[in-house]
Amino acid sequence: MSKFEFPKSIASRPVWGTLEVRPGEHHLMIAEAEGAEAILDIATPDLMAKTHLIYIPKGTDYVERLQALKPAQFYEGPSYEASLQRIRRVLEDAHMGLQVYLTGSESMMGQAMNEVMAVGLPHTAIQTEHRGSVARRMQCVHCKGITEDVEVDPFVCAHCGLNLFVRDHYSRRLAAYQGVRVDAEDHGNVPEPKGIYE
Amino acid sequence: MSGAEKIQAKVTEITPLNELVTRFRFERIDGGQLPTFSGGAHTVVEMQDGGITRLNPYSLMSDPFDQSSYTISVRRDDEGRGGSLFMHRQVKLGDEMTISYPVNLFSLDLRARKHLFLAGGIGITPFLAQIKQLELLHGHWELHYACRNHALASYADQLTDRHPNETHLYYDDQNQQIDLENLLSGQPLGTHVYVCGPKGMIDWVRNTAAAEGWPEDCVHYEEFLAPQPGKPFEVRLAASDKVVHVGENESLLEAIEREGVDAPYLCRGGACGQCETVVLDHDGNFVHRDHWLTDEEKASGKKIMPCVSRFEGKSLVLDR
Repeated sequence: MSKFEFPKSIASRPVWGTLEVRPGEHHLMIAEAEGAEAILDIATPDLMAKTHLIYIPKGTDYVERLQALKPAQFYEGPSYEASLQRIRRVLEDAHMGLQVYLTGSESMMGQAMNEVMAVGLPHTAIQTEHRGSVARRMQCVHCKGITEDVEVDPFVCAHCGLNLFVRDHYSRRLAAYQGVRVDAEDHGNVPEPKGIYE
Repeated sequence: MSGAEKIQAKVTEITPLNELVTRFRFERIDGGQLPTFSGGAHTVVEMQDGGITRLNPYSLMSDPFDQSSYTISVRRDDEGRGGSLFMHRQVKLGDEMTISYPVNLFSLDLRARKHLFLAGGIGITPFLAQIKQLELLHGHWELHYACRNHALASYADQLTDRHPNETHLYYDDQNQQIDLENLLSGQPLGTHVYVCGPKGMIDWVRNTAAAEGWPEDCVHYEEFLAPQPGKPFEVRLAASDKVVHVGENESLLEAIEREGVDAPYLCRGGACGQCETVVLDHDGNFVHRDHWLTDEEKASGKKIMPCVSRFEGKSLVLDR
């Protein structure tokens, strides 16, 4: 099952939606791993004939099923970072009326949303649906380094090595949650790490 | 006192532009500076017309950063309730008038990578200020301006002279029409469209954009509704404990103000939502004409916008 119900939290925490087909002559879908299931859920021959699908499998095996939908264009990227050049180029050439669908991890959706907003589309016009990994993209508030795929709380900053507490405080600009030193007052007193939603 | 803060101003220039449109310049009586504003803002001009106080909104068309004066362009409406006729016939050079601080219900969305302006007739005025603002910011914009004919196309020559690449004109008498579907579908991602003109034009643009998949937040429009005359009716103001008779040619808001009740307002054109009033009781039908209330709110019979909407029936009680 690729769906996960995030517990209610502070206003800063993003709330992801459910994809729906919207009118338009051109559709851009960016999907990661189990996000493929959200695409399979809304796909129709008519929609896919007008769709450019950018897919990042991350070790999953949905590629054949997605190709069978016969999207107008299909691109398989080894990682989000590797797909970024293509995403930027597609957005640069796109016209108004383009519908954007993002589905997969919070990290991928947050970063892709920034790219779409950078070309002037309001965030309210971008559809999202979370699927698959609940790992987070975290920014260390101390060294500003980003650590990807964080599944446990607390975790060790990949840049400065501090033990960081996983907060729900989110930055749309950075597409990252905030990590704050957990043992700032009492160095070395670090709780046992456990899953973020345990 | 309701509405935006007031400014005591003097009319320092009256310039007829064509058969229908005249431009008025206002400066502060005390010689001080006026507030800057943002393109798309309007000012509410108070007119003492016999026993009637008229409060009409007009888009500011001057440079938003020019604090020495404000200018507005008024199209004469011979069929209207008389505000524009008062401006054209009664206002003289040197007259002292009260105008409001600028209020903007039609501002630029500066997240846009391109601004596409669609003007119909006198709907050109807010764009004149927005163009000045964008020129200062080196913004990317394009104007499509439709008019009846060249003689009535206010500021068209000036616009083509200063911005020949950005300005596109369409004249009805030469059977020219904006090719809207192609114009919208060809816009680069991140374009916002702004439309100001007659209701039919606004509906045409909104519907075409929606059908082409434009996000709602990228479509901006401004339509000031003038209150329409209607059958006279009576209204009871519960909080003020007054019964007010609303005449055929005045709006509900104007009747409330005439009785000395201070009711909130800003745009007086059914757009801003400031005058929203709770209905306590009614026996009859509402004539809702605003753009503010949702269809459900209009059907509920619990809210009314007294600046443009009316009532037909036995009794109406408002919480005012």
